[in-house]
Amino acid sequence: MARNKEKLVLLLDVGPSMHSVLPEVEKVCSMLVEKKLIFRKNDEVGVVVFGTEETNNDLTKEVGGYDHIVVLEDIKVVDGDLIDTLQKLPRGTVDGDFLDAIVVGMDMLIKKYKDIHKGKKRLCLITNAVHPIKDSLEGTKEDQVETIAAQMTAQGMKMESVVVRGRLSQDANKRIMDENDRLLSIFSKQTLTRTVYVDSPTSLLGALKTRRITPVTVFRGDLELSPDMKIKVWVYKRTQEEKFPTLKKYSEKAPQTNKFATHQVKVDYEYKTVDGASKVVPPEQRIKGYRYGPQVVPISAAEWDAVKFKPEKGVKLLGFTDASNIMRHYYMKDVYLFIAEPGNTRAILSVSAIARAMKEMNKVAILRCVWRQGQQNVVLGVLTPNISQNDKLPDSFYFNVLPFIEDVREYQFPSFNSFPVSWQPNEQQQKAADELVQMLNLAPSGKEEALLPDYTPNPVLERFYRHLELKSKQPDAAVPPLDGTLKRITEPDPELFFENKSVIDALRKHFELKENPKLKKSARRLLREKPSGSNDEDGDADVSDAQAVNSIEKALVVKIEKIGDLTPVQDFEVILSRRDSPEWVGKAIKEMRDKILGLLSDSHEGDNHLIAVECIAALRKGCILESQNHTTIFCAILTCIASRKE
Amino acid sequence: MDLDPEDVFKDEEDGSDNEFFQQSASSKEYVVYLVDASPKMFNTTCPGKDQKDETHFHLAVSCIAESLKTQIISRSYDEVAICFFNTREKKNLQDLNGVFVFNVAEREHLDRPTARLIKEFDCLQESFMREIGSQYGIVPGSRENSLYNALWVAQALLRKGSIKTADKRILLLTNEDDPFGGLLGAAKADMTRTSLQRAKDAQDLGISIELLPLSCPDEEFNVKVFYADLLGLDGEDLVQFMPSAGQKLEDMKDQLRKRMFTRRIIRRITFDITNGLSIQLNTYALIRPAVPGAITWLDSVTNLPLKIERSLICEDTGALIQEPPKRFQPYRNENVKFSMDEISEMKGISTGCLRLLGFKPLSCLKDYHNLRPSTFVYPSDQEVVGSTCIFIALYRSMLRLKRFAVAFYGSSSHPQLVALVAQDEVAKAGVQIEPPGINMIYLPYSDDIRDVEEIFPDTDDDAPRADEDQIQKAAALIKRIDMRDFSVSQFANPALQRHYAVLQALALEEDDIPETIDETLPDEEGLAR
Repeated sequence: MARNKEKLVLLLDVGPSMHSVLPEVEKVCSMLVEKKLIFRKNDEVGVVVFGTEETNNDLTKEVGGYDHIVVLEDIKVVDGDLIDTLQKLPRGTVDGDFLDAIVVGMDMLIKKYKDIHKGKKRLCLITNAVHPIKDSLEGTKEDQVETIAAQMTAQGMKMESVVVRGRLSQDANKRIMDENDRLLSIFSKQTLTRTVYVDSPTSLLGALKTRRITPVTVFRGDLELSPDMKIKVWVYKRTQEEKFPTLKKYSEKAPQTNKFATHQVKVDYEYKTVDGASKVVPPEQRIKGYRYGPQVVPISAAEWDAVKFKPEKGVKLLGFTDASNIMRHYYMKDVYLFIAEPGNTRAILSVSAIARAMKEMNKVAILRCVWRQGQQNVVLGVLTPNISQNDKLPDSFYFNVLPFIEDVREYQFPSFNSFPVSWQPNEQQQKAADELVQMLNLAPSGKEEALLPDYTPNPVLERFYRHLELKSKQPDAAVPPLDGTLKRITEPDPELFFENKSVIDALRKHFELKENPKLKKSARRLLREKPSGSNDEDGDADVSDAQAVNSIEKALVVKIEKIGDLTPVQDFEVILSRRDSPEWVGKAIKEMRDKILGLLSDSHEGDNHLIAVECIAALRKGCILESQNHTTIFCAILTCIASRKE
Repeated sequence: MDLDPEDVFKDEEDGSDNEFFQQSASSKEYVVYLVDASPKMFNTTCPGKDQKDETHFHLAVSCIAESLKTQIISRSYDEVAICFFNTREKKNLQDLNGVFVFNVAEREHLDRPTARLIKEFDCLQESFMREIGSQYGIVPGSRENSLYNALWVAQALLRKGSIKTADKRILLLTNEDDPFGGLLGAAKADMTRTSLQRAKDAQDLGISIELLPLSCPDEEFNVKVFYADLLGLDGEDLVQFMPSAGQKLEDMKDQLRKRMFTRRIIRRITFDITNGLSIQLNTYALIRPAVPGAITWLDSVTNLPLKIERSLICEDTGALIQEPPKRFQPYRNENVKFSMDEISEMKGISTGCLRLLGFKPLSCLKDYHNLRPSTFVYPSDQEVVGSTCIFIALYRSMLRLKRFAVAFYGSSSHPQLVALVAQDEVAKAGVQIEPPGINMIYLPYSDDIRDVEEIFPDTDDDAPRADEDQIQKAAALIKRIDMRDFSVSQFANPALQRHYAVLQALALEEDDIPETIDETLPDEEGLAR
């Protein structure tokens, strides 16, 4: 995949105004290289810092100027040294010029690769862009930027700019920032530049894509509006979960002296008969059994092939409907992106027209999709318009999977209005809640939206990669705690909560919570609603409770044949429910009668009476349950007890 | 070796979501359907589809048939018995009059549903009059009480198993709100009293009795006449049990179907609103992809299940080894090793509860902010009194202000940012379509979102845009193919239907596999017009 090798130059502003965020810049850049070391070992990276006291770059030697820019690492295949360099970036002393840095970076790429590798050459600029760039000798700054942008496009380079702003650059000059923003926007308009503004260290970590996954199409073909109206589309994934890496099992068997040991473990499966012989069954003698209720139905692959559902590949429109008919929580999966076939102007225009009309009319489309031939199911889903905000990018659609009848559990829940008054918030309480919902605002106007999914990194993955790097140097390093920047994802922002202390205090004052005093552990079992065993996650206390109960149950069922002193009622019920012999019922009733009589006669000053009464109640229930005949027996026993008592 | 079942319903990268619907044997439900088979059930009709009238009896039986088919797929460990009362013939262990327990071969009365049960129950209506018969079981001058007998039989069927490990329910389907209405004086009082006592005895044993009332077209089923006492309903509970008169058949069907299932909590969670203010919530999986059951490997000679033994082999030495205590990741030319504890420590970044981080306008929740099916959240005062009140207050604020909450859900296997979106209750013709509560939507991280810039090919020019005229033409097209009544989940999954049709046919050793209809295919003739 040499063709896909990315050539990247990092352009990092290390001037004094950037010092506060440099720790995050170091982290995000080393993470970028670290992931390349694992997933894209052949990528090449160079590092340029600007705003330094010193100057060291080719251009300054060749043509002069380009001061305070240092090439820390020339472009080279990624290695561990790069990470070491990025983890201790120099702290600069002068305000840097980002445009000069861009030119230095471009120069490096041009010198190294000439005009080959179009589209694989990238610049990544991280700056706060709060300091003015130098005036141009000829023309305006705008002219200068446009010339550079044109060159960038001609060379097939892309750029990614992360501009650190907001809270992180509070006392900067607004006029200069606006000018810089205007200049940077020229890049966005004229080149394939993605410019991202971030105002917190947390979103700085998320704003830079540290791992690039080459997009693959899920489907290429016709979007069939009707049998004779088709649009050529390509379908990609827009979101897809990046999972925690699957680590390999480590074998310690190889001698330590063996330098070439892989330490890998192979997992082997054997299919054996369950009878005593435990014979291995060869693959050709195995057959798949499918469960249908208690039955297991054997079906051979060939048989199954002949009868299974085999839909034709294709994406068909079922119709349009009001967007309000599809509630957001019905989205079942990660998200697909439908784009018109690249280069096909008719398709691009059709998609654009339909997407814009859908947006105007507030409609969505329902599609039936079979992505590839041989797929054994169909996907039903909703297509929503995605109107492009960027002139370079065509309009497109998002697609998400909707549930079938079988996927939906139609449980009913009581209406909140039907609850007793004590459960309903009163006017003050409602006001306190309104205040909270309004004031604890993560997306205040004029500021960056906090915790925007697009810029919020996965804290678990961040932690894993940092720990991996640390352990490669110190094998016994402990797992580091989440740092403050990552805690902004998992915990409330203390600043936001402090600012709204009065609102929160009001909420606390108006609502009272207390533990339910009536609740005993045992009471839980009697409630109709209970956690199912099909827990998707681990460590649920209720599940272990249930298991404990289960094991006790089993013990009882196996052992009990006599009514003991400890739990006479339970013992009685267990014996009564034994169905292995018809004699148990009679035995249970007789034993219970004796027990009750025994309890009464052994009683000192009535200390056994309570238990006896419980036993009588259980006996009554048991007798009723068994049959009318036993009810008569119960009456007889009761008479007997009464007479004894006298 | 393909240990995994042929993942018919999985896409390439599908992973963890699918275990949601699989049920384990530890949370069983035992249900007895108690169906009134009195002549009134056969004489009362309600208008069905295509103007054809359907009897209440037919309605009840077809709803049970439907629920059996769902149950064998998704909850096959639950056990079920079907029992008719007000019948001419009798069949029950207690030999009580007017009660007939329906069953098929190779099955206990209360047992897991089988293919045969489903099939024979489907054909029951043709043979019912001949073999079971309908007859009033409570008549003046007779001491027989078929309702009493029916409850007794049902209770005896539910003797099985312990209340601790199984939910026991009696579902009573009837259109008679006054079963002793034909009696007078002492006989009426006596029968009412004994029936109520019988019901109470069952309830004392932990059996819940639920009523699925069928309303006659001209007269509402009045729960208050008798059944409110039998069920122990009062006040607000009563309202829920009152379907309105003259309901359409489809609505009544919906209502029956919904009431046949009980809710199951996936888990209880704590919601930290701020320090010192934590409420209790229950989460429910209302929407999860249904998948065919797991595959069992069999020996094709004996058709007996095989056990799968996994062995680990060291690739360097070929030695058999135990589960190794360490994992590794090759990195910077060496193997960085992690202990299992260390791995779970890295993943464990939160306490397991749901923590409120703040609120955002609904417009911030984009269409591409989705990864997995959502989870439904409903409050509970069971452990923390006052939870419901705070929940309702926040819920109403969010609805009114059109905002959603952002929270961190720190489950140990999958800690994630979530959007909590309030959902107003939606009901149509007395049937709840959307329950009131909050839906928890799992948000992606930046790591999970693909750059669109990467997807679109490089170009020097601006992308073409449709002009107003083209947009108008598209709008006209949209108007023509409008599905006004579309509702989510109106289609059956054709692959799943096919799968179970095949299994059912093979399980019953039938030669023909019934045709299944793919409802998801567009109406191409309609579209052409």
